[in-house]
Amino acid sequence: MFDVQKIRQDFPIINKKINGKPLVYLDSTASSLKPHQVISAENKYYEDYGVNIFRGVYSLSETATEKYEEARKIVAGFIGSSDEREVVFTRNATEAVNLAASSWGRSSLNQGENLVSTVMEHHANIVPWQEICREKKAELRFIDIVNLGQLDLDNLAQLIDQKTRLVALTYVSNVLGTINPVKNIINNIKSINSRTLILLDAAQAVPHLKVNVADLGADFIVFSGHKMLAPTGIGVLWGKYDVLQNMPPYQTGGEMIREVYLDHTIYNEIPYKFEAGTPNIAGTLGLAEAVRYLTGLGMNNVRNHEIEIVDYALNQLGKIKEITIYGPIKARDRGGVIAFNVKGIHPHDLAQILDTDNICIRSGHHCAMPLHQRLNIPASCRASFYIYNTRDEVDKLAEGIQKAQKILTTKD
Amino acid sequence: MDLYRDFILTHYHHPHNFGHLSDPDIDDKKGNPFCGDQISVTIKLTSNKKKVEKINFEGTGCAISIASASLLTDYVTGKDIISIMDLKKEKVIELLGITLSPTRLKCALLPLETIQVSLLSHLR
Ligand SMILES: Cc1ncc(COP(=O)(O)O)c(C=O)c1O
Repeated sequence: MFDVQKIRQDFPIINKKINGKPLVYLDSTASSLKPHQVISAENKYYEDYGVNIFRGVYSLSETATEKYEEARKIVAGFIGSSDEREVVFTRNATEAVNLAASSWGRSSLNQGENLVSTVMEHHANIVPWQEICREKKAELRFIDIVNLGQLDLDNLAQLIDQKTRLVALTYVSNVLGTINPVKNIINNIKSINSRTLILLDAAQAVPHLKVNVADLGADFIVFSGHKMLAPTGIGVLWGKYDVLQNMPPYQTGGEMIREVYLDHTIYNEIPYKFEAGTPNIAGTLGLAEAVRYLTGLGMNNVRNHEIEIVDYALNQLGKIKEITIYGPIKARDRGGVIAFNVKGIHPHDLAQILDTDNICIRSGHHCAMPLHQRLNIPASCRASFYIYNTRDEVDKLAEGIQKAQKILTTKD
Repeated sequence: MDLYRDFILTHYHHPHNFGHLSDPDIDDKKGNPFCGDQISVTIKLTSNKKKVEKINFEGTGCAISIASASLLTDYVTGKDIISIMDLKKEKVIELLGITLSPTRLKCALLPLETIQVSLLSHLR
């Protein structure tokens, strides 16, 4: 049963008033709100067994370790991995990409080879690859977009060759909303070069759609907890067992070792090899609780609600004069995000005026400068939707935009 | 709403010194992009090259950055380069006459930074 009003009861922030008015939160693409179940799970760790893991033989530490490892199983199951050793906990999606770029890239990428990304990526899936390519004197190529913001897949065969070592692409665009046909794309890439690895940025996919790593065929998948009801500071790098197994450590120190001597060290096995130091234990338990919450709702229901609300929003916003909406036309072809511009109004000004009614949208380039350059716009506004958003909130957004138009545009 | 009072909106809709000088001593083509605001300036100096005789700005920006550019270009016209280099954020806030959150302060300060950077490259 998917009941938005009931879901809203679970989110403490939604039930508070700010300056006497309710919050209209339309920026879940940046970070989702947190239900009390997740907040309690984090608190419970600190209140009941808040000690370090893997270290003590005393029972509190054993309990903490058990819960931490149970969280890994829960997360693995959620993304369709049958082997929880494939789940590496990181701080966020960005750190997960950096781990892959740094560890895999340093050890495997060679001068004269190339990597491929796309113009619709979040900076997190561009900059780490730029760095490693610069270091290794490798080439970084980009898949362009066509028309309404779909990837230009006709040119794949020109971009990918026998020297393409990895393709880093997003599952769902955090600006255009485009849901890329990643399974087909991965198939196509692998048929051109079976050795090319694929890193899928699923930061906007895992919170919103059923993602199944076994089915997709990617080699790495990254996502962040804070966009899927979980706390900040916890993210995931999922990698195929064999691929992770062959990668050197990313950071070194405690937890990631098996034996240390003064002159050499034997590393721990995966995933611990990639989790140096005391991890974000509370955040990990919060993530597991967030997964429980989403699983309880059912990812199909989550997705259906999103389609319904985005469809409504596309309609309502589409009625506003002088608005340009970016990305695919149909709600079914997009995630929970709508980027737009209103003629004559700078996104910062629109966002600021909406804020006077507690309507939170994002303005700027949303960590996707290359995409904005490609669209030939300096910035955009972005409203995004999640499980707790209602049609009424869409109406408030539409009214707010019209109010901003009145304030900011002149007749002369 | 305080931020968008008439004074600011008038400067936004009808900015002073907007355009491109035809024969500038300083032509900062690159501009200074920040989060979707992009402002560039052309400056004509006095014959002794010590003062700003004329300054124009162009680009796109939010109401705050455009109003700030409009007010600031008025303010620096006729002023010594050295004294312009000394201008601080307080002056911009004073000219605008509004209180700004840290994020919007960046918008307001963009024109000052742009002017100072282009003057600096001239001094070098
Ligand atoms: C598509 C996409 N990739 C990566 C990221 C980076 O996430 P984080 O900042 O949590 O590392 C984001 C979110 O900002 C995103 O939307």
